Amino acid sequence: MTLATDTTSYGWQVEDLDTDEMILNMGPQHPATHGVLRLELRTDGEVVRGVRPHIGYLHRCFEKHCENVDYAGVIPYTDRMDYVAAMGNSLGYALAVEKLMGIEVSPYLQVVRVIIAELQRIASHCVAVGTYGMDLGAFTPFLHLLRDREKVLDLFEWTCGARLLYNYNWIGGVSHDLPEGFARATRDLLREFDAVTFPELMNLLIGNKIFVKRTAEVGVCSPETAISYDLTGPNIRGSGVPRDIRKDQPYCGYEKYDFAICLGQGQFGPLGSCFDRNLVRALEMAESSKILHQALDALSKMERTPVHEKVPKRAKPPKGEVYFRTEAPRGQLGYYVVSDGATFNPYRVKVKSPCFTAMSVFHVLAKGMMIADIIALIGSLDIVLGEIDR
Amino acid sequence: MDAKAIHEKLAARFGEKIAGVSLEVLEPWVVVASETIAEVAAFVKADPDLRFDNLMCLSGVDYPKEKPPRMEVVYHLYSYTHLHTFVLKVHLPREDPALPTVEGTWSVANWHEREAYDMFGVVFTGHSDLRRILLPDDWEGWPLRKDWVDPEFYNGMRVKPTQQMMERALAGEAIGVGPFDFTPPNRHAGE
Repeated sequence: MTLATDTTSYGWQVEDLDTDEMILNMGPQHPATHGVLRLELRTDGEVVRGVRPHIGYLHRCFEKHCENVDYAGVIPYTDRMDYVAAMGNSLGYALAVEKLMGIEVSPYLQVVRVIIAELQRIASHCVAVGTYGMDLGAFTPFLHLLRDREKVLDLFEWTCGARLLYNYNWIGGVSHDLPEGFARATRDLLREFDAVTFPELMNLLIGNKIFVKRTAEVGVCSPETAISYDLTGPNIRGSGVPRDIRKDQPYCGYEKYDFAICLGQGQFGPLGSCFDRNLVRALEMAESSKILHQALDALSKMERTPVHEKVPKRAKPPKGEVYFRTEAPRGQLGYYVVSDGATFNPYRVKVKSPCFTAMSVFHVLAKGMMIADIIALIGSLDIVLGEIDR
Repeated sequence: MDAKAIHEKLAARFGEKIAGVSLEVLEPWVVVASETIAEVAAFVKADPDLRFDNLMCLSGVDYPKEKPPRMEVVYHLYSYTHLHTFVLKVHLPREDPALPTVEGTWSVANWHEREAYDMFGVVFTGHSDLRRILLPDDWEGWPLRKDWVDPEFYNGMRVKPTQQMMERALAGEAIGVGPFDFTPPNRHAGE
């Protein structure tokens, strides 16, 4: 079919139409921007010619606060950065300060931390994958995944009393030991996850033809771009780069667990597309489940040790500095902690947030896209604005 | 490569531009002369033995009490090829700190440098888009510097409570942006 250009009967010609570029503001109050993000889109009709992301709407002076409280006092603030995966944030900070102070927690506590971190990864990816489906119009998987996230949050509430902001990983230990019966409850959850939720997710959302069509060819990020812009976590693995800090520089005894690095395959389109990044998240949930089974086995053979045994009364690390990174659910979360050795407050805490760097590649990937695909791209990068703005 | 070998390689290539070194710490670092940082960055990325293709973190740190007082910019590097890490530091004066950008080597430096500019006022010469990133565009001053004092007003709004307001708050009164002198009109005055 050819486009009818003879519009004489209308009284105007196609050439008379204005084709100027238009600036379109998306956000900061937009349901699909996953927080208070403002995108300044330069559009030509439906095509996006350029993007300028504006961040900072949720800036809460995290790094300045850190310099005014003591080392333990920083932990509640870390929870409030990536509020979808708060356990991962405090774990990274606690490990950084422990490295600075030369503390090593007992093997039992390491296993506890791994269990908590992997449960948090499942909970966080539930939100990431679920809301991504919802952005693209699939509402049901979101409800199913939130149902399972709820069970993980119940476990956390049982353990430490909080559902969202935990203050759980302390310097030299954790705030509460796992309660009696925690292992059995977790196994129940995992059994249901492995048998029901995960296959359901793969059938209902990931394998859905409409979902594949919407995501498989948009937002393609090459491995070189991904490394240069320091994409990390599921985003870089979606581009086919097999890098995971849990394997490369293991912490908390991750080297003892048998799990695979999930990679994007590019089976429906070019490698590194929105589909691949999202697929990696879904597959990682199954890998986390594998790690959890092994960790629970290890836990059953261990003697409990006191959880506050090595928590310093008041942390005062020697003069020095450390950069420590962990594999948080959204990617590599790095803490640069400087101690002056004289006071009880950190001299400087800088956070390298994985979402911050993921957002910095946005204008490259978004160029030339349709406006509707911008929504698919934001969701696939899985950003949490609390962590970008800090 | 271990830190010692990396340092030797850099020292052989850049000579006295590598101004200081510390290898016996948790994260070994070298100090690079500020004007050569862009060349050093391009070298460590391109060199096949080093291949630092990933800039993990770029931070500013303020040291006003050191002698001489200085501002530091710290580059944490990682190699996806060789899986080794290294740290470069640049010492700058606290007045008008400026150094070349490394945006051409690692694209992610664009936003990291904007953040360092935003918080410390470090100017990265040659940067493509050096604007504030987290704070509002009309913000004045560099909040993460150690001598930062909270402003009393922002755009005409009081943002820092006065001593009087603090005292009233401590005495249990509700405080707002006041103090207002406002007496409600007595509707029953004529009765």
